[in-house]
Amino acid sequence: MIHSLFLINHSGDIFLEKHWKSVISRSVCDYFFEVKEKAVDPENVPPVLQTPHHYLISIYRGKLFFLSVVQTEVPPLFVIEFLHRVADTFQDYFGECSEGVIKDNLVTVYELLEEMLDNGFPLATESNVLKEMIRPPNILRSVVNTLTGGSNVGDTLPTGQLSNVPWRRAGVKYTNNEAYFDVVEEIDAILDKSGTTVFAEIQGVVEACVRLTGMPDLTLSFMNPRLLDDMSFHPCVRFKRWESERVLSFIPPDGNFTLMTYHVSSQNLVAIPVYVKQNINFFETGSCGRLDITIGPKQNMGKTVEGLMVTIHMPKVVLSANLTATQGNYTYDLTTKVLVWDIGKLNPQKLPNLRGSLSMQAGAPKPEENPSLNIDLKIQQLAISGLKVSRLDMYGEKYKPFKGVKYLTKAGKFQVRT
Amino acid sequence: MDVGFSSLRSEAVGAVRTAMVSAENLQLTLKAELSQEEQALTHIRSNPKEAHKAGNEDLKEMLESSKESLKLEAMKRIVGLIAKGKNASELFPAVVKNVASKNIELKKLVYVYLVRYAEEQQDLALLSISTFQRALKDPNQFIRASALRVLSSIRVPIIVPIMMLAIKEAAADLSPYVRKTSAHAIQKLFSLDADQKEQLIEVIEKLLKDKSTLVAGSVVMAFEEVCPDRIDLIHKNYRKLCNLLVDVEEWGQVVIISMLTRYARTQFTSPWKEGAMFDENNEKAFYESDSEEKKGHTEEKPYIMDPDHRLLLRNTKPLLQSRNTAVVMSVAQLYWHLAPKHEVSIVTKSLVRLLRSHREVQYIVLQNIATMSIQRKGMFEPFMKSFYVRSTDATHIKTLKLEILTNLANEANISTILREFQTYVKSQDKAFAAATIQAIGRCATNISEVTDTCLNGLVLLLSNRDETVVAESVVVIKKLLQTQPTQHSEIIKHMAKLFDNITVPMARASILWLIGEYCERVPKIAPDVLRKMAKSFTAEEDIVKLQTVNLAAKLYLTNSKQTKLLTQYILNLGKYDQNYDIRDRTRFIRQLIVPSEKSGALNKYARRILLAPKPAPVLESSFKDRDRFQLGTLSHSLNSKATGYQELSDWPAVAPDQSVRNVEIIEASGSDSEEESSESEKTSSDSGKSSSGSEQSSSESELEQKKKKKTKKVPQKKSKPTAADRYSEIPAVCWSLRASFFFPVTTSSFGPVKTYELLHHMTGKGLAAKYHFPRQPCLYQPSMVAVQVILSNSSDHSLEEIHIGDRSPASLSIHCFNTIERLEPEASVTVSMGIDFSDSTQAANFQLCTKEDQFSVSIQPAVGELLMPSSMTEQDFCKEQGKLQGMNETSATITMETANASSQAISKQVLSVANVGVVSSSQNNFSRFAGRTVSSGALVLVSLELKESSTALLTINTEKTVMASMLLRDIKQALTQA
Repeated sequence: MIHSLFLINHSGDIFLEKHWKSVISRSVCDYFFEVKEKAVDPENVPPVLQTPHHYLISIYRGKLFFLSVVQTEVPPLFVIEFLHRVADTFQDYFGECSEGVIKDNLVTVYELLEEMLDNGFPLATESNVLKEMIRPPNILRSVVNTLTGGSNVGDTLPTGQLSNVPWRRAGVKYTNNEAYFDVVEEIDAILDKSGTTVFAEIQGVVEACVRLTGMPDLTLSFMNPRLLDDMSFHPCVRFKRWESERVLSFIPPDGNFTLMTYHVSSQNLVAIPVYVKQNINFFETGSCGRLDITIGPKQNMGKTVEGLMVTIHMPKVVLSANLTATQGNYTYDLTTKVLVWDIGKLNPQKLPNLRGSLSMQAGAPKPEENPSLNIDLKIQQLAISGLKVSRLDMYGEKYKPFKGVKYLTKAGKFQVRT
Repeated sequence: MDVGFSSLRSEAVGAVRTAMVSAENLQLTLKAELSQEEQALTHIRSNPKEAHKAGNEDLKEMLESSKESLKLEAMKRIVGLIAKGKNASELFPAVVKNVASKNIELKKLVYVYLVRYAEEQQDLALLSISTFQRALKDPNQFIRASALRVLSSIRVPIIVPIMMLAIKEAAADLSPYVRKTSAHAIQKLFSLDADQKEQLIEVIEKLLKDKSTLVAGSVVMAFEEVCPDRIDLIHKNYRKLCNLLVDVEEWGQVVIISMLTRYARTQFTSPWKEGAMFDENNEKAFYESDSEEKKGHTEEKPYIMDPDHRLLLRNTKPLLQSRNTAVVMSVAQLYWHLAPKHEVSIVTKSLVRLLRSHREVQYIVLQNIATMSIQRKGMFEPFMKSFYVRSTDATHIKTLKLEILTNLANEANISTILREFQTYVKSQDKAFAAATIQAIGRCATNISEVTDTCLNGLVLLLSNRDETVVAESVVVIKKLLQTQPTQHSEIIKHMAKLFDNITVPMARASILWLIGEYCERVPKIAPDVLRKMAKSFTAEEDIVKLQTVNLAAKLYLTNSKQTKLLTQYILNLGKYDQNYDIRDRTRFIRQLIVPSEKSGALNKYARRILLAPKPAPVLESSFKDRDRFQLGTLSHSLNSKATGYQELSDWPAVAPDQSVRNVEIIEASGSDSEEESSESEKTSSDSGKSSSGSEQSSSESELEQKKKKKTKKVPQKKSKPTAADRYSEIPAVCWSLRASFFFPVTTSSFGPVKTYELLHHMTGKGLAAKYHFPRQPCLYQPSMVAVQVILSNSSDHSLEEIHIGDRSPASLSIHCFNTIERLEPEASVTVSMGIDFSDSTQAANFQLCTKEDQFSVSIQPAVGELLMPSSMTEQDFCKEQGKLQGMNETSATITMETANASSQAISKQVLSVANVGVVSSSQNNFSRFAGRTVSSGALVLVSLELKESSTALLTINTEKTVMASMLLRDIKQALTQA
């Protein structure tokens, strides 16, 4: 299936290669570079490319290209999903997935890649299993290892590989047993010029951080599971019980994982937490424009809106911006033409406003379209859909775990057209 | 002209590509070395080659040192070199020595090295083989597996026989993990030496029978790679694979689902019947027309879906909720290709969900939705808004979304879509804006109601400032006008006016063509445009020149008075043009329209040739013909056949024999364990069987019933992790399980249940309590005797908070029943308790309390209730009896009631008194019973030897002498009385 993997950085250097079958020369990447040159923006590189003898399937994450080479028919999503899983694993192991970190941990990375695929077919992709085979780096262990000559590689087969619960490692022990769940909801919305909602929906995800001794069996139930329209589960969730009782019953993996993602049924009206009054004008003459943006609270369920940020991709002809913000700071990047206004907390008494003039290239025609605004925001302790966790029960172990649930609402792809 | 150019260019590109490929095949040795030298140059200034060597010398020394840590350090650096793609092959001899190292990390790194370079250093690589052969016999399954992994990854042809042997052995290994590894090794060996195919198929056949979920995915992968055409190997395993599917790891699921899709298309008949099509009449076209003849056969009898076909659909459905996007996509394509039309739409929601995933995932999913939405608008129409474009989307995502929106457009939603398109047209991304204009054109042709609206909208766009937008509009308007040539002279005039301002060649050419085509509708403007063109002819692009010549010719035919000279002039210019296409065209046109002696015949037809009514172009989706490829495949994504693509066959007209999938019923006893080791997995499959057999919906048909029986031996796991499911039950039943493991019961103890009074309702102020010994292992603790108490309320008011209060002796351990909150009048409730009597008949005293009152009660057990049956053979019994002689033996001669003389009657009487087990006896005159005391587990053996005239010798052997005498008394009493 997957023949080789090349990791390529932003500037087009191949800094890691791994082959699971015979070696393929890195010159195969030239086809990719050709397309990349044309695409201008790395995001515009098509994920699937054809070359005379190979097929190149790539993902772009954290300013890195993960480029895999396949020789025969294979579902492209299979490869894409796997590549993302590799990136997730790096993230999990090293805290971030960047060129520097991968170069620093080259040997661990190589060992991981070796375990994750056999002959191009995924072998062990569960983080819990991998961590038993190759321990994640930490300072204490590396000190101990240099002194004792110990290694980062486990010598037994992780039990997860054999059991029916492959996602959980065996013999987990904690002094503090705790289970935390984060319900994070994102509002995806498109608002038109007049502020009416063109499209809005809520995506949610339940992230879990479970540190429990032994083999706990958890049941998480919601007050209002009917809200959930469509969901996907971590393999640990028993689908049958969800179907019949609408509770999440599972033996959790150890550590952090995504328990479920969901979509709130479209019948429910989506509450839009802020309104935006905007006025962007480009003048026919004088090569300048005006910008005036005000943001105010709308339906925010009595909570404060934090982390408010407005991003505008300006037309190419806009040379500079001379603005004043009543709250927060703004920056205008001259090369990427991105205007960022970082507002912070929204104060309902004194609405933040950004106004001023834009100067354009002399002689250039006035831009056809006004740039749209991308809004970023956060509301703590609120799930905008109204979803509530009602209880968490644990079976199978005797101790009393510490339990916690946190809610958070964020703006997803929240766009205001102008 | 432009055609000539582009073909030339594509030729050139092709040539360059082939050159590059051949270079690639040569491994580009030249380049690799160069880069190495470059590297060396940048790092070390002086004499690069020597310095490079010195670096490796250093590593060699480290590898040869005796210090483990130095070796490890060296290997780490070497792996670093490999990762960076640098050559480290000259270290091979030094590295290979360490293959037998004890240090597991060092060993692994050596493996990495070996797999990378063995191909280049075959002779030296052979040195390591014996190490792996030894490791293949290691008791640790992990080591066996990794040895096989590396051995099979060394691409050295000479060891093929060794690999073959190792694979065969590993395929029969007890550990499923090793078997999985062997399935992977099959593919490696096959790619190394395709001649081994036959032997490998045998191994695959064997592994396909494997019941482990761990193996299933890998072996199907091997099957797909080695012998995808041997569909016959699947028959017997089909149902098993369907049932295992939910529990297979996610990557395996993808492979199995795509294999089963192919399988189902060859084995089942088409579910796409006219009857099933009722709701999708407008989209029937494709498959229907293909299967015209087939319908003839099947129409006579109603379609009944093969239960196996249904099984596949049912068992894959839960996987739509998988977190793995590849799994969801593969289920979606399975439904698309296999499910009855009206069931396909269940995949919609899940596919739309995938659109929130990574950009690359979106790309693939959108491509597939685009193909699906052409045939089945209805599926995605409710989710139309999910395909609205955001300004931050990548260009290829935008175009795909646009494509889908266009496919979804119909009379009802077109106004919404057009409004949305209006926003897109203004986009800063001009390529996208142009694509939107094309999309508007498509909507206009497909939906006649909006054609005029669209046309007007496009005309407005003609005054747009951006050239690409204008050009695209012109091109689309040209196409639209062609479909409705009537009454559009206004638009043509408008475009003629714009002509001076438009510079994009394609747009200019389009306008010229339009004017030429409809020159009779704009008789005044057309000659004027030609006049202008004659002026600027030499400066125009080729494509515009060609259209100018066309326009001139058409005008010459319709309006020769005004344009004769102009045409002559243009034809003369064209005659000496640099481009041969234009020269050709000019010559051809001249011959056609200008009458001369030679031309004759053709000349008469010139008007009919040039001004023939032309069919309007059809604007259709670029995804129109993608459905020839299976959805979700690489070929579909590229829209060209990828290497190794397996064509999805058409449904067979008549279903092949269904019985091939039947599996013989294998005796449930132990045959499962032939290969299975003691790993958890075996027990899981065994109990999976017992629990889920009944889950099958029995509604389907007889066949279904039959299959149910057959598949019983296969674990049927429907719910997500079955092992885990059972887990939740354990806390409740584990003690009982444990108890019965300690005391396996051979004969069920039976006998009338004696009920004793605990509390009379008079003394209990209405609360009455009775108890009996259910003679079951106690659920709460194995040392306790189970007691069931029946509480009833004979008063006229309800009693509250019934519970157990103080007990005496205080050390008495009782497992109390849960407090009964409320007992209504005339109601009764049975509760169980456990009491540890410590093998004595001393009464357990405790208080039974209600909210108001407390009643002291006591339970005094009969000595026989303090026992648990014990199973043993006659020999064991005699052996144990031999150990319990002397003091431990109590006996008495009794005279029995004649009715009790038969051994059956004896058993009945003894069992009514004591909870013991019958030991099967070979001698008629002997009856033997064995038990253990509940609390301490001491053996209690009862034997009864029948003598003449209904006398018998009753012997009891046990360490618990007090119990013995009491038991003796009880049994004696029972046997002597009638």
